[in-house]
Amino acid sequence: MSEARGNRIIPVLVMLIAIVAIWYAGTYFMNAPFQRDLDRRAGVTRSSGDLFIATMTQPKPTLPAPHQVATNFFENTFLRKITSNRSLIYHAGVTLSSTLLGFVIGTVLGILIAVGIVHFTSLDRSLMPWIIASQTIPILALAPMIIVVLAAVNLTGLLPKALISTYLSFFPVAVGMVKGLRSPEIINLDLMHTYHASKAQTFWKLRLPASVPFLFASMKVAIAASLVGAIVGELPTGAVAGIGSKLLAGSYYSQTIDMFAALVAGSLVAVLLVTAVDVVGAIVQRRMGARPS
Amino acid sequence: MMRALSWQSLVAVLLLLAALFQLPLANVPIAMTAPAVAWTTLILVYGFLLAGIGADTFMRSRLWRGIVLFLCAHLATVFLFTLISDENGLARPGFYVVLAACWLLAWRCVEILSGLQPRSRAGRIILALIIPAIFGAWILIIWEAVTRGLGIPFILLPPPSAVFTKLIFSLSVIAADVNQTIFKAVLAGYLMGCASGFVAAILADRFPFMRRGLLPIGNLVSALPMIGIAPIMVMWFGFDWQSKAAVVVIMTFFPMLVNTVAGLAVTSTMERDLMRTYAAGYWQTLFKLRLPAAGPFVFNALKINSTLALIGAIVAEFFGTPVVGMGFRISTEVGRMNVDMVWAEIAVAAIIGSLFYGGVALVERAVTFWHPSFRNGKA
Repeated sequence: MSEARGNRIIPVLVMLIAIVAIWYAGTYFMNAPFQRDLDRRAGVTRSSGDLFIATMTQPKPTLPAPHQVATNFFENTFLRKITSNRSLIYHAGVTLSSTLLGFVIGTVLGILIAVGIVHFTSLDRSLMPWIIASQTIPILALAPMIIVVLAAVNLTGLLPKALISTYLSFFPVAVGMVKGLRSPEIINLDLMHTYHASKAQTFWKLRLPASVPFLFASMKVAIAASLVGAIVGELPTGAVAGIGSKLLAGSYYSQTIDMFAALVAGSLVAVLLVTAVDVVGAIVQRRMGARPS
Repeated sequence: MMRALSWQSLVAVLLLLAALFQLPLANVPIAMTAPAVAWTTLILVYGFLLAGIGADTFMRSRLWRGIVLFLCAHLATVFLFTLISDENGLARPGFYVVLAACWLLAWRCVEILSGLQPRSRAGRIILALIIPAIFGAWILIIWEAVTRGLGIPFILLPPPSAVFTKLIFSLSVIAADVNQTIFKAVLAGYLMGCASGFVAAILADRFPFMRRGLLPIGNLVSALPMIGIAPIMVMWFGFDWQSKAAVVVIMTFFPMLVNTVAGLAVTSTMERDLMRTYAAGYWQTLFKLRLPAAGPFVFNALKINSTLALIGAIVAEFFGTPVVGMGFRISTEVGRMNVDMVWAEIAVAAIIGSLFYGGVALVERAVTFWHPSFRNGKA
């Protein structure tokens, strides 16, 4: 057991160390030209070791070094008040709220669509192709549009951003739930027939429980997509608050360290959300009597 | 033969009766005075709808019922729209009641068509195209009816017809944008990203240590909001298409890696043993057995990536571009309140996205024709 775990962890650790090493090397090579330029203007001559250190400590580097990002992230997460405008927790919270709202609406919508598709052939034939086509539309391109349109009818704040998340997150849920609601085998459906079960009873007692594993699998995809929607939705809102606005502000003022720290924060939020869905799914399925595989 | 009236037809009849109390269906613009024309149109609309209801109730052949219903419902809609086409905001409640009757008949038509089981392949394909097409058309019809009929401000939501006109009249601008965004940024990034993901997957397959290290990281990264690197890439590679291609490369790399690695693992021990008894080496086994078997997974990644690539390039353009490109056009025209141009760009993006996806799907059919999902259960 422990050997197997070691087998799994060691390669990942090696890869992570390799990535960090490549990152440091990249930092040196990407920042060195600018640093040399600076030194030439200032008339300073540096030894190569000195130059290396200088590339790691630029205030606005082309590529910040990992430790710079880590320091910035730590300062802006733990050392600031949560209400502060510079706190990453504050920005992550703003993004998180629209992510979650969009995710909830999207999941409910996806489930409703899936129920409709499974029960009406005409919906299946006419709606399903459009659901697939809807995702080939680069919907994020619509983000500025949606925000402007909704702002014109006095809808601002959380909901417009959440709607973009909704659009991105309903698709995986709808597709997964269609698959899940159709997952009971003919033999099970026949059993319900012999019980003289109505359509509603078959739905509540057979189809819905059978679809739960599919639901959670697709919700994991949906919540990640939802976060992307929320971040992009923050770009055209005038960048008031949120991880997306932090990125935008960073790109205006070339504050690469801030941008990377915001990216790290966004990634952490993504990991937390996906893990949360995973854990809830495991608990629900165990309650429903699934054997841990 | 008289069948029981379908409920859609029944409700349509009731709606048509109700609309008679709501006449006229639409106001006549002040500049024009020709009420006789409105009466002819009204009679035509009612005639077509009643003919459709009659066909639905009395015709025997399902196919002909579907065809007649289709023609009647949509011809009636066309004539109905001539009532409000002169000016915005002409529609009165009766207009929508009659439109609802048209829509119900179209729904009935879809229901009949969905029940058909054509024997020929061509018939099945036509049916598979026409049913969703009716649905899509009705979304546009209702959109047009609401925006034109209620006179919704243009800035909020332009009617589809206006978007289409704008599209036709600014083709040269849009063509330049498409060239910049799609043919330069998306295609280059897509090809590089997919190819490098594929090569990385084969390397990971060759060296199991790398696979065990890369796969968890790859899985993690595919859940991350990778779009966030767009501003950084713009900063590194400048405003032109290279930075957008870089974003696309990074966004498409990981789905390709993860899917290909999963695909390379699907062959069973039995099949690999057979290759071993043939004394096939690693590369022979890879090319003759495992890569073909991984085909469906690779194509799945190609399909996912086709949409990711478009999104990546367009969003990256929000962070800075030369004065051409679809993302640039969208963000600037939103600022100038030229919403019809924005919708035109979005429509073009949607069409290109669908074509891209459809193209990959067609190639998939040609290459992985052996896969069960394409054989419709026939061996």
